[in-house]
Amino acid sequence: MILYILIVLGLAILFVVYRGVVGPTPSDRIVALDNITTITTAGLVLLGLFFERYIYIDVALIYGVLSFIGVLTLARYLEGGL
Amino acid sequence: MGVVEIIGWAIIVVGIAFLFLGSLGLYRMPDVYSRMQTATKSVTFGAMGTIFGVGLVHPEWFWKTLIIAVFIAISNPISSHALARGSYKVGLRPFTLEDDMDALDGVEDKSEDNE
Repeated sequence: MILYILIVLGLAILFVVYRGVVGPTPSDRIVALDNITTITTAGLVLLGLFFERYIYIDVALIYGVLSFIGVLTLARYLEGGL
Repeated sequence: MGVVEIIGWAIIVVGIAFLFLGSLGLYRMPDVYSRMQTATKSVTFGAMGTIFGVGLVHPEWFWKTLIIAVFIAISNPISSHALARGSYKVGLRPFTLEDDMDALDGVEDKSEDNE
C-alpha cells in the first residue's frame, strides 16, 4: 500500500517540477521549490515508515528546518533586502 | 491491526490526497498569488496529515512526528508570506479582471529596511 502512496507523491512532485521549470517569473520557481521541500519532508517520513528506520524522522526534521531557512533567504533576496 | 493504526492510515491517505491536489493546483492556477495559496494551504495540511498519520501508525515515533508537524504548521505560512511580500515589492500584481481590487495600491512602505 505504501508503495502506491509513494508513487502518488512522485506524481505530485512531477507537477511541481513542471511549474518550477516552466514558471514565467522567479516567484513561481521559488514557490515550486518551497512546495518540493514540503512534499519531500512528508516523503522522508513515509520512507521511514516503509523501511522501518527511525533515523529518517531526524533527517526529515533537519531537512524541514534547512528548507525553511533556504526559502526565507530566497524570498529576502527576491525582495532586494539581502 | 488496531483501531489507532487504521485511523493513522486513513489520515495518511487524506494527507496524500491533499498533497496531490495542492500540486495539481500549482500546475493549473493562472497567477503567482493563487499558486501561492494552494502551496500554503493544501500542501501544508497534507504534509501535516501525512506526518501525524505516520505518528499514529508507529506509536513510538509519535512525539517527534508531532514536533515536525507543528514546525511545518509554523514555518510554511511564514515563508509563503515572505514570498508574497517579495513578489509584491518586485512588481507582480494579482490577476484580476478589473484593476481596482489592489488594496495596497498607493500605500507608502514604512518598513525600516527600505532605502
